[in-house]
Amino acid sequence: MREFGYRRASDVAGAVALLDADPEARFLGGGTNLVDLMKTGVERPAQLVDVRALPLDGIEVSESGAARIGATVTNSDLAVHSEIRRRWPALAQAVLAGASGQLRNMATVGGNLLQRTRCGYFADVSGPCNKRVPGSGCPAVEGEHHNHAILDATDHCVSVHPSDMGVALAAFDAVVEYETAAGTGELPLADFYLPVGDTPHLETALPPGALITAVTLPPAPVAAHSRYRKVRERASYAFALGSLTAALEVREGTVADVRLAWGAVASRPWRARAAEEVLLGAPAAAATFAAAADAELAAARPLTHNAWKVTLLRNLTVAVLSELAADATGPAADRAAGPAAGPATGPAGGETR
Amino acid sequence: MQTSTSSEITLDVNGEEHALSVDHRTTLLDALRERLDLTGSKKGCDHGQCGACTVLVDGRRTVACLQFAVAAEGREITTVEGLAPEGGALHPVQQAFLDLDGYQCGYCTPGQICSAVAVIEEHAAGWPSAATDDVRPESGASSLTPEEIRERMSGNLCRCGAYVSIVEAVARAADERAADERGAAASTEEAAV
Repeated sequence: MREFGYRRASDVAGAVALLDADPEARFLGGGTNLVDLMKTGVERPAQLVDVRALPLDGIEVSESGAARIGATVTNSDLAVHSEIRRRWPALAQAVLAGASGQLRNMATVGGNLLQRTRCGYFADVSGPCNKRVPGSGCPAVEGEHHNHAILDATDHCVSVHPSDMGVALAAFDAVVEYETAAGTGELPLADFYLPVGDTPHLETALPPGALITAVTLPPAPVAAHSRYRKVRERASYAFALGSLTAALEVREGTVADVRLAWGAVASRPWRARAAEEVLLGAPAAAATFAAAADAELAAARPLTHNAWKVTLLRNLTVAVLSELAADATGPAADRAAGPAAGPATGPAGGETR
Repeated sequence: MQTSTSSEITLDVNGEEHALSVDHRTTLLDALRERLDLTGSKKGCDHGQCGACTVLVDGRRTVACLQFAVAAEGREITTVEGLAPEGGALHPVQQAFLDLDGYQCGYCTPGQICSAVAVIEEHAAGWPSAATDDVRPESGASSLTPEEIRERMSGNLCRCGAYVSIVEAVARAADERAADERGAAASTEEAAV
């Protein structure tokens, strides 16, 4: 590991000034990803500016139902917050589905958004990776990619964003607030992550040296009826193979409001807007849910070994929306909405399992 | 500008202050084991994936391998050595692991025990988990079922596979804590009468 300087920031202005003065400096939050990447040599900062003592650890929920979550709030404190659990249950569930109790006690909200992909080629400094060394190539396209992206990937990078929390934030129209030496700014999460294109090393639209100060959520009554579901290779403590945040409001059998986002399918948390368009105003029934998933998955371009994800996401979407529809309309509607439109091939010819 | 890459720090470990000069690259785990001879916390994967290095920081369980010692200054660190007073009775979680064979080779055990101590407190404080059916506060507290224990303890791997006994040990220690609390509440009521 490269030697580095360490400073503990006590106010936001001081923290951003330190980073402004040293382009090789990095902010240190919980460290659960950065420290690991320093050990493997992927990250080689000259200085760490510790931001955990900054007064950014509060969660405020207004009467109107908007939330402001400080950037240094730990994952644990976010998931246990009673108003978050009441108004955005899928956000609490998403955070609880990530990592382990130990890591959730350390990891921060700001850091969660900025964590790096867990693609094995990215972590292996002995080989090429366009995200780590621009222009060096992407071995995953022809290599080990069973858990890589099916949406919006390019030949330059096919890795996925690992965050669970981000999937819920994408569904609930989160906005990221930040500060630089030049002042404050904000980015809707929809614009926060850059498309992969031919520059996978450029991951966010944050200006250089920016410190995330908070994440805000607008009021969304539909979010009270939400759920996060995560599929992984073991029962707990593993990154997602596919995940979903769904919120659904049904009135007289019709979808009155909906939010849908997917995880582990792209280089960023994936808001499924094409699916939402199909759903809004349509009958709250399994056939609609399947059509909505298909509309979103029409753009899927799976690789040789991950076409199964197309099927997984389709089935996951139908299953969770069906559950939410059943919850919304009482047990009698359970049979009307279900059973989930079971074993199905995706529009891009995904294998059935 | 020449930046210093080492610092003079004071670590508060198990209620004692320790002055140390550390290279900033020193993890909390290495400082505990190599500098303070507190070798209870184990180095398993050194990447935050196994939980063998679990220690309590300000009362919360964390992995010591993904923290730099310099960043742990000013925090209260409790290792497995500090759970029970020296020469006194074991911590109830330690005793439960012993009584119920919650280990085989023992390498992951200090991390398991530190994690379990915190799991029991987290559950008592009403924290939900990924195994909790309904996370909304109105749904009330979940009971600490074996499924809940397995989910909450999933950050601690045991390569020997002693999980069955570990779950039993955590359940017993949690039951004892709950019984103690009921007893304390009852005696407070008596005193009030």
